Amino acid sequence: MSELLKISGLRVGAEDKEILHGVDLTINEGETHVIMGPNGAGKSTLGAAIMGSPEYSITGGSLIFGGEDITAETPDKRAKRGIFLSFQNPVEIPGITLSSFLRSAYEQVTGERIKLFAFKKKLQEAMEILQMNPEYADRELNVGFSGGEKKKAEILQLLVLRPKLAILDETDSGLDVDAVKTVSAGIKAYREQTGGSLLIITHNTKILEALTVDRTHIIADGRIAAEGGAELIDEVTANGFDKYVSGGSL
Amino acid sequence: MKEKTQVADVDRAFYDFRYDEDEKNFLDSGITPDIIREISAEKGDPEWMTEFRLHSLDVYSRLKMPQWGPDISGLDMDRIVAYLRPQKRMQSDWNSVPDDIRETFEKLGIPQAERESLAGVGAQYDSELVYHNVRKEVAESGVVYTDLESAMHDEHYAELIKTHFMKLVPPTDHKFAALHGAVWSGGSFVYVPAGVRLDIPLQSYFRLNARGAGQFEHTLIIVEENAYLHFIEGCSAPKYYEASLHAGCVELYVGKNSTLRYSTIENWSKNMYNLNTKRATVAEGGKVEWVSGSFGSHVSYLYPMSILNGRGARAEFTGITFAGEGQNLDTGAKIVHNAPETSSYMNTRSISKSGGISTFRSSVVVNENAVGSKSAVSCESLMLDSISRSDTIPAMVIKTDKADVGHEARIGRISDEAVFYLMSRGLDENSAKALIVSGFAENVSKELPLEYAAEMNNLINIEMKGSIG
Repeated sequence: MSELLKISGLRVGAEDKEILHGVDLTINEGETHVIMGPNGAGKSTLGAAIMGSPEYSITGGSLIFGGEDITAETPDKRAKRGIFLSFQNPVEIPGITLSSFLRSAYEQVTGERIKLFAFKKKLQEAMEILQMNPEYADRELNVGFSGGEKKKAEILQLLVLRPKLAILDETDSGLDVDAVKTVSAGIKAYREQTGGSLLIITHNTKILEALTVDRTHIIADGRIAAEGGAELIDEVTANGFDKYVSGGSL
Repeated sequence: MKEKTQVADVDRAFYDFRYDEDEKNFLDSGITPDIIREISAEKGDPEWMTEFRLHSLDVYSRLKMPQWGPDISGLDMDRIVAYLRPQKRMQSDWNSVPDDIRETFEKLGIPQAERESLAGVGAQYDSELVYHNVRKEVAESGVVYTDLESAMHDEHYAELIKTHFMKLVPPTDHKFAALHGAVWSGGSFVYVPAGVRLDIPLQSYFRLNARGAGQFEHTLIIVEENAYLHFIEGCSAPKYYEASLHAGCVELYVGKNSTLRYSTIENWSKNMYNLNTKRATVAEGGKVEWVSGSFGSHVSYLYPMSILNGRGARAEFTGITFAGEGQNLDTGAKIVHNAPETSSYMNTRSISKSGGISTFRSSVVVNENAVGSKSAVSCESLMLDSISRSDTIPAMVIKTDKADVGHEARIGRISDEAVFYLMSRGLDENSAKALIVSGFAENVSKELPLEYAAEMNNLINIEMKGSIG
């Protein structure tokens, strides 16, 4: 399988403080990777840095996506290349409906116009997979959505935008058991429909049950502390992260 | 690196075309009794009006400049030309309007809008109306829409004007109301008889073309019982370096169980001092709806006032203000609850950027007799960068404990997190910001007349384009 994302020696900081101290990680096309680690280890920072968040600055290393260096690219260019980030805390944007926002996002990432009717159909299909009330399409983007609905709306965007790489930042956090199942079904549908790659940042193994995990990375203290296959998930679930944390407990 | 959001200036080039004016049409600058007599004679005022003007001038000279709002020291009253002689009398056929003036209004899209969506149109160029016309069926319903000058000389309306003109806004109200009383010219007179509901709007467009001049139009609207009117007012001017002054006055009389919707889009150039006074009185069961968009001018003082004088009278104020570089826009509304069971709702958005200052100033008064009244005020401000400013100054005077009064204010900056969120979905930075700004304005912009809402969205989009260095 060919290389989709290659992260080399990535150093990332925020406000003069380095958070990631040189991360190497490669994701091939069609692979599902899981990132686990204690709170504050830098997991979300890695996801945000791959997407190009202005909150962080890359101080060293590189991001190569589809063979091209995207280290200095703006988030919109990365989105157009096929990178997607499901936000841990999706932002509320008043005054624009989920539907019309997603339609313009679709046109931006695909570079093609889509007729309203065709788009509505696409949207409706995706909403069915996620068991979303169709009314949400005409509500203002994330405004007044519950935590669970916000996460579903993120996966809805994933299904409509069909990126090559989806980074899911704690998409399962704060969800009840049923909602985790629904979201998980959405992620599975994304895999099946597009064959896209996944980078799943999580604390929870439930969301992974419907998926085949290719690689697991443990991030601790801003570094990759351990790597392995799916079996590593069971290992940290049983024993915790203590042995990966240097310099004692936080 | 942390990227801060940065948005460019409104592209006003569209409004900045202008025609040379003929110097001989200028009356002398400054405001003196002689100038007032000259204006009055030029306009052929009835005697009472000449007296009214001179009385107003007397009040003007005794009142002080306002000391509580944005700085207006750049306004030199001795250099403002109060009146410009029209090239030609008012016409009711665009083809008879002088070419340069007709072209101006064509560029602004007025004749086209008239054909497509308006019941009647008035167009003022500098001091006088150059065009006025209403559809035949509208005229046949008894609706009168003309300039105040003509109405004053019409035996049917002369008395009505004498008993209503500057009775809601007396010259003693403030210095610029007094000035208006002395030098007013042009504007509109609208009379809607009882029981007549005009489904399509009337529109007046005010264009100040001359440099260093003032525009002082007066709009007097009387809506009788059980009637409906939507009146739209648009204003613009090309840019000059000399200060210009707009001190218009709007007086609205809303009859029992009637509704008057008054929409304004003000896009004066940035050398304009916009010191405008608007006031409505609403009778029992009646309603006034103000929709107000303030985008232009250097300094604005604008607070449309609604006096709810009859039981169950209502007022709604929906406003949006956009202050860019060099602009200090002090806008808001005043409501007086003066009868039982009256209600009012104020909903505003203000946006400031590139050092612009926008201030929301409101006043709600609930008198002792206004038992069972309700008032809600909601204002939100968005600052697009760290050099812009936004203030909220709400005042409330509640003289009865049997009223329900609420106020909600929110001031925020455009959030980098929101911009990142939208960019992560493929929108470039400018589009992301434009979307946030137009989304912020949405609740208000959807109240604007359609063509103005589209224009506002265009302004926002144009403004966001090419703004990132």
